[in-house]
Amino acid sequence: MAASPARELTQNPLQKIWEPYNNGLPAKHSAQRGVCMTNCPTLIVMVGLPARGKTYISKKLTRYLNWIGVPTKEFNVGQYRRDLVKTYKSFEFFLPDNEEGLKIRKQCALAALNDVQQYLSEENGHVAVFDATNTTRERRETIFRFGEENGYKTFFVESVCVDPEVIAANIVQVKLGSPDYVDCSNDEATEDFMKRIECYKNSYEMLDETLDKDLSYIKIMDVGRSYLVNRVMDHIQSRIVYYLMNIHVTPRSIYLCRHGESELNLKGRIGGDTGLSFRGKEFARGLAQFINEQNIKDLKVWTSQMKRTIQTAEALGVPYEQWKVLNEIDAGVCEEMTYEEIQENYPLEFALRDQDKYRYRYPKGESYEDLVQRLEPVIMELERQENVLVICHQAVMRCLLAYFRDKSAEQLPYLKCPLHTVLKLTPVAYGCKVESIFLNVEAVNTHRDKPENVDVDRSREEALRTVPNHL
Amino acid sequence: MAASPARELTQNPLQKIWEPYNNGLPAKHSAQRGVCMTNCPTLIVMVGLPARGKTYISKKLTRYLNWIGVPTKEFNVGQYRRDLVKTYKSFEFFLPDNEEGLKIRKQCALAALNDVQQYLSEENGHVAVFDATNTTRERRETIFRFGEENGYKTFFVESVCVDPEVIAANIVQVKLGSPDYVDCSNDEATEDFMKRIECYKNSYEMLDETLDKDLSYIKIMDVGRSYLVNRVMDHIQSRIVYYLMNIHVTPRSIYLCRHGESELNLKGRIGGDTGLSFRGKEFARGLAQFINEQNIKDLKVWTSQMKRTIQTAEALGVPYEQWKVLNEIDAGVCEEMTYEEIQENYPLEFALRDQDKYRYRYPKGESYEDLVQRLEPVIMELERQENVLVICHQAVMRCLLAYFRDKSAEQLPYLKCPLHTVLKLTPVAYGCKVESIFLNVEAVNTHRDKPENVDISRPPEEALVTVPAHQ
Repeated sequence: MAASPARELTQNPLQKIWEPYNNGLPAKHSAQRGVCMTNCPTLIVMVGLPARGKTYISKKLTRYLNWIGVPTKEFNVGQYRRDLVKTYKSFEFFLPDNEEGLKIRKQCALAALNDVQQYLSEENGHVAVFDATNTTRERRETIFRFGEENGYKTFFVESVCVDPEVIAANIVQVKLGSPDYVDCSNDEATEDFMKRIECYKNSYEMLDETLDKDLSYIKIMDVGRSYLVNRVMDHIQSRIVYYLMNIHVTPRSIYLCRHGESELNLKGRIGGDTGLSFRGKEFARGLAQFINEQNIKDLKVWTSQMKRTIQTAEALGVPYEQWKVLNEIDAGVCEEMTYEEIQENYPLEFALRDQDKYRYRYPKGESYEDLVQRLEPVIMELERQENVLVICHQAVMRCLLAYFRDKSAEQLPYLKCPLHTVLKLTPVAYGCKVESIFLNVEAVNTHRDKPENVDVDRSREEALRTVPNHL
Repeated sequence: MAASPARELTQNPLQKIWEPYNNGLPAKHSAQRGVCMTNCPTLIVMVGLPARGKTYISKKLTRYLNWIGVPTKEFNVGQYRRDLVKTYKSFEFFLPDNEEGLKIRKQCALAALNDVQQYLSEENGHVAVFDATNTTRERRETIFRFGEENGYKTFFVESVCVDPEVIAANIVQVKLGSPDYVDCSNDEATEDFMKRIECYKNSYEMLDETLDKDLSYIKIMDVGRSYLVNRVMDHIQSRIVYYLMNIHVTPRSIYLCRHGESELNLKGRIGGDTGLSFRGKEFARGLAQFINEQNIKDLKVWTSQMKRTIQTAEALGVPYEQWKVLNEIDAGVCEEMTYEEIQENYPLEFALRDQDKYRYRYPKGESYEDLVQRLEPVIMELERQENVLVICHQAVMRCLLAYFRDKSAEQLPYLKCPLHTVLKLTPVAYGCKVESIFLNVEAVNTHRDKPENVDISRPPEEALVTVPAHQ
């Protein structure tokens, strides 16, 4: 391979990425987000009896992968069945000798696979999660062949659990409220669902160490007590395995808040490393009282390495850990400026930021996209932990909140995370309950909405219209 | 718990960490490196027949943990045996009915455990790796009790392999050159070693899913084809499992080099984001030629997101991936300064850096310690990959090199990584062969040795005496 003359480089104005260009246009450039996670698309196939957590895992995994920037979508075959068969009558639909039922269920599986193909091969999806019982080897072979024909890598995720208490708890959490049981009492629903599980048991062929030795899979046993991992093929499968091995279902709450109001906040300046204002200190004391009243078991407290979060934590009088990766987004040359000064000195940058706030990188600074990448270890550790209070910053809190609330890259930079307000997140069913507690200490508003006019030729007034008040 | 008045904060001058202080002295502060990995020490216990890679894994894991900042030490019982029994005669020492042999081997195991206790309980070690066969349940129970008595968490790592080709290859790689076989021919050594393995086989009790269900362990099968993971208890065990699941033994080489000489290099200025000098471009062309000649199978090329590494990669004419985390260390307020200017403007900072170059953080910048933390995903991906060329920067290359060459935090910031020189690293036996290839294009020297006088009161001449020549 002869060395061709090096192409000229230009720095993309939005993301500040150096790219080669031809005739003034940027040349096509492969992923600049570090490791290109997916060369060919990945098909994740869930396996397991009903009420083993397949949908819980599918949704959580999908949320995680999307957050780290891997376009992922889940395809729940049960949902296809509900869309096709408008009313659910009883478990008898799932009896192994119910010809009509089998026909419909196969039809749904194929419809879902069709949509998988559409998503991965035509809509630029990277990962599809195929959520169904897939309990027979025959069904899994069909899906594997489908994957091979389309050039997808197939990875199986099996959840095996025999603990009756866990099954019963799952049924209460997510089945009683299912559309299938909307007109039933809890007892009726539970009885029917247990019979539904029985319909699958006789034909259930677990992933087998010998028979399935050439497949790539993870077998999760007893809600994560142990795991069997076979033939991890690439980076994305390795990350999926690591994630699945770190999540748990123990009830707990995560508290997110920002530092107390800072001196720079008062002046409408971004970034910097100042201390708390008078009201910020009042908030810190209020936070201490709030935490006490919550009576939280074994609470861990995390801060960034910036003075204002540490000062806030100090008021709690409990040990805390400082994480550099929780530091606020680096605004580079715009550090400690007001929005008015940014408009004055960098009007082009200010407009570009409004055009794509997620991908926009400050000159010599960071983007929200960069923030997500550096916060990934925080999310991973939050998954491992139980009760945690994270005292951080506006952009950082938006990123963390977007993960828990499954917000898109477009929504993330505009999530509302006001000062002096604690968000209490409690996992429930397939999602997350959010309680917002304002601790009754006034603070400036630091939230700047996206203005109407984001063109680079907009007037100064149009650019600054949504800037919140400050000193 | 009442909220105590918040303690005053002071910023530690070396690491720029905000710490509470009492009477002018910093108060004792828990780990600021993010997650405190180890609350109680961890005892890792290797399990497996001879030639299953236990020592390979022990050494590699120890190297990785130390690099990420977890003080770790391995204790190889075979080494204790060699120190006690000066000359190895034959496999007969390991026969199960050799009373004398058994007595000595037990003595060695106990001596090693004694040193483990010393390291973990008295020398501030966080992790000890106990490297021996530990193939009987009885021996493992003894060790587990030892761990419990001392307040250590015990984690077993078992390597199971029946593939005769793998065993034979291991014997060639690491046994033939062992001190035990220094006076034997290869055939004699192999024959003896195979008999040694036989001595253990009859009494080998593998970790069992049922009998050992309450232990924390990972069972590695067939050199990483599959893994069984049971009861991961905490963060450090989770990281260890993730690492072990990403390493492989497929032969390959890693090429490390810096970008070609840059405009700022010529002027003796640090940091910045400039392009290549004339000689830098010449190096890039030379690198392309070198890579061609090496004829490397499926070479991946990685760069940072700074112009100079990308310009260098462009000359290769092959696809490359940009990693933001490979960017050079952020020198904060000192960006684009010469050392003379740093001495002029920040003499205190300049001296502190010389006092502890690893932990020193530039104001509004980073430390080598920070760099290691952000490079960890690069190391993890390098472990997963095969042939890779990493085009990076001086401080970054020092960190990566320190990982592969097992250099300490004290040595790391002074490793020599000159411009226009490629380091080819090839794993061999328990370590890493390093070939240094200078591509015959002259460049400035950017290596500044630690000066003799690191006191803050030193005169400028003494501070600048080791600064390399520049324009």
